[in-house]
Amino acid sequence: MERKLAVKDEILLSVQQPARYIGGEVHAVMKDKEKVNVRFAMCFPDVYEIGMSHLGIQILYDMFNRREDIWCERVYSPWTDMDRVMRAHQIPLFALESQDPIKEFDFLGITIQYEMCYTNILQVLDLAQIPLLATERTLEHPFVIGGGPCAYNPEPLADYFDLFYIGEGETQYFALMDLYIKWKQKKESRETFLKQAAQIPGIYVPSLYDVTYQEDGTIASMRPNCQEAPERVTKQVVMDVTDTFYPKKPVVPFLKATQDRVVLEIQRGCIRGCRFCQAGMLYRPTRERDLSMLKEYALAMLANTGYEEISLSSLSSSDYSKLGELVTFLIEECGKKGINISLPSLRIDAFSLDVMGKVQDIKKSSLTFAPEAGSQRLRDVINKGLTEEVILDGARQAFVGGWNRVKLYFMLGLPTETEEDMRQIAWLAEKIAERYYDVPKEQRHGKCQIVVSTSFFVPKPFTPFQWARMCTKEEFLHRAYVVNHEIKEQKNKKSIKYNWHEADVTVLEGILARGDRRVGKAILKAYEKGCLFDSWSECFQHQLWLEAFEECGLDLAFYTTRERKEDEIFPWDFIEIGVSKKFLLREWKRAQKGEVTPNCKSACAGCGAAVFKGGVCIEHQN
Amino acid sequence: MNIRIKFRKYGAMKFISHLDVMRYFQKAIRRAKIDICFSEGFSPHMIMSFASPLSLGVTSEAEYMDIRVKNASSSGEMRERLNQTMAEGIDVISVRLLPENSKNAMSLVAAADYQLCFRKDAKLADGWEAKFLEFLKSPEIRLIKKTKKGEQEVDIRPWIYQCVVADGIIMLQAAAGSVHNLKPELLIQAFADWAGITLEPFSLLVHRKELYAEIGDGEKKVLIPLEELGEDFGE
Repeated sequence: MERKLAVKDEILLSVQQPARYIGGEVHAVMKDKEKVNVRFAMCFPDVYEIGMSHLGIQILYDMFNRREDIWCERVYSPWTDMDRVMRAHQIPLFALESQDPIKEFDFLGITIQYEMCYTNILQVLDLAQIPLLATERTLEHPFVIGGGPCAYNPEPLADYFDLFYIGEGETQYFALMDLYIKWKQKKESRETFLKQAAQIPGIYVPSLYDVTYQEDGTIASMRPNCQEAPERVTKQVVMDVTDTFYPKKPVVPFLKATQDRVVLEIQRGCIRGCRFCQAGMLYRPTRERDLSMLKEYALAMLANTGYEEISLSSLSSSDYSKLGELVTFLIEECGKKGINISLPSLRIDAFSLDVMGKVQDIKKSSLTFAPEAGSQRLRDVINKGLTEEVILDGARQAFVGGWNRVKLYFMLGLPTETEEDMRQIAWLAEKIAERYYDVPKEQRHGKCQIVVSTSFFVPKPFTPFQWARMCTKEEFLHRAYVVNHEIKEQKNKKSIKYNWHEADVTVLEGILARGDRRVGKAILKAYEKGCLFDSWSECFQHQLWLEAFEECGLDLAFYTTRERKEDEIFPWDFIEIGVSKKFLLREWKRAQKGEVTPNCKSACAGCGAAVFKGGVCIEHQN
Repeated sequence: MNIRIKFRKYGAMKFISHLDVMRYFQKAIRRAKIDICFSEGFSPHMIMSFASPLSLGVTSEAEYMDIRVKNASSSGEMRERLNQTMAEGIDVISVRLLPENSKNAMSLVAAADYQLCFRKDAKLADGWEAKFLEFLKSPEIRLIKKTKKGEQEVDIRPWIYQCVVADGIIMLQAAAGSVHNLKPELLIQAFADWAGITLEPFSLLVHRKELYAEIGDGEKKVLIPLEELGEDFGE
């Protein structure tokens, strides 16, 4: 029988990309809703093409659907045109597979990947006709559960979620589902379920905690308000990343998704310890997948999806110990089938240049370096173990090898940054250009093209910079001005192009990233004023956000430009990620002195992640 | 080996654009392990071409795609392999081997059959069929057609080869392809304008029933379905 769509033809034909709303893709899972115990709607609160590119959902979708008694479906944010029609016609938000309303589901799971999707979360709830406030939900409504990196500071969203899952989804979701199935049979209250769920490791139920504040606005205490809720919630990690869930048949979208390729996650975590990087701390310890598993999955996924490209995924691919073997295997297998290989997050050295020369068209590709800071001094502050010598040598080798395009990524507004550090960004670009023109003319390919991009630094929870002061919009823009001006002073300025990020949205991201429960009201207010798709520059309405904060009586400076005291209680302190606050503080102090800390493979810095008893913490113990 | 594949597109798949259908088949061909030929060069692409793009919202039981393969055992086997990896809404109907040096489907298309009707909740007032037949009797039907070069007045009457109406359904055979192409939506809009009827947006349901090549000698028009230019093989 043909699937019946939730939205009429004439509506679908009147919106952009109707394929976003019809489901039915290759490997989408259909089940009989009468024969399952749990219906789970998995949501990425952004447009379909972005959401479908997310690996985490593909992993959990596959994992849930392996169980006969659970049917996991997908839902994404309807784009603004569809949003308007759905409101006008009172069409409840629906899941792609069954096209049934989300409000009939048992769970709505939302992955929270970046701060600028918070208003989209409210849109999803609103369109689904689920009360926005968790306290107003009844037995008629699904449980709304959040996960992903932003769930490590869930407090700004505390009012809107029934539960948060802290950590990697492969570990505790089945326990939660089993608990739910039992609870459903007994027909008990929502509160009963939430209290039981709070006892599952990694589950945080915000309504079971009370927060008190000091006069200066900082947190005085955050305590459970019932016996069932634990004092601290511990991050859940998969310790065997080889023998675990990974999709061999990911859903293949009809539309060209942002990530239009097979994604092979080779490891989790990162050994580097860059002090600005949240992922580098959250996903410790670093765990590698077994080479034979990766080979098997690469072939199976390519065969099952028909993609013509495969991409390796990790925070720092060069640190994967068997990268050479894996890449050699892929080149051999993919070459004969006309399949492209993409290798992001590679350090530029002789090996990677050799590999890249084999897998991509040098004339069309560019090299990427992420020095993050212009001067060695500041790179030491942020613990980015990349020296000027390494960058220049990598560039020289690449230029000799035929490349002539280089992309450089930096951050502005890092702690301790001086004007000298900013100017050095321009100087580094100039030195790279000079390396290019050192190559004999007959070996060069025209002019070189260096693109310098700067983003503005946002201090994130669970990093050594969580105490740091964040710049104001004016300070950010001044920094971009200094860099821009200095680039114009360089001899090879015509070979250097400079892009910088917008400052308004960065300041907002900073507020939400380190916000507390009180910030939640402003998110709702901004949403009610019409803020949506804030990460899309064409949709971002800065003025409405400012009004929302003002009306909620929130002081932006309290969340952004204030340097935190060492003993301040942070909204996210109740979460245990393995990496200790003591270690982060030590790193914060070392940063201010410009002292570097070696990576996990060189020497254990005692961050605390060894408590998980695995990964790099065990393998590299000397 | 040059192969012509005929497929059906129905249900929710009518919301997949022509470009996405092409991308869909590129992946499907890999999944089905069809031994397709690639073009030369640093970024090779599959040798594959489609007869005629289908507008968004239109269903069809006669879409055609030509591919070149290095090897294939039989029509039946290739059809089966493709159908095992199809999403709901696309079925492969036939797989035919083309003679050497035959022209590709895109350049051959000369006419198409369509079945047209109105959405259930946007039916025209009773008696529209009679008016439509009267409209068809016009010796010429002039309208403004938008082209890449701008707007042009054309007479579409000669492009209507056959047209009958019964029980609220119009069966239309019209010119299609690169020389003249009559979109059914255009004809119905012309009729509505002529009869003073206001059409609701997206109220016309279009279904393509066949695509034809012209094999006449220039004096008399002889149309033959594209699939009949090839033959089943290896059975």
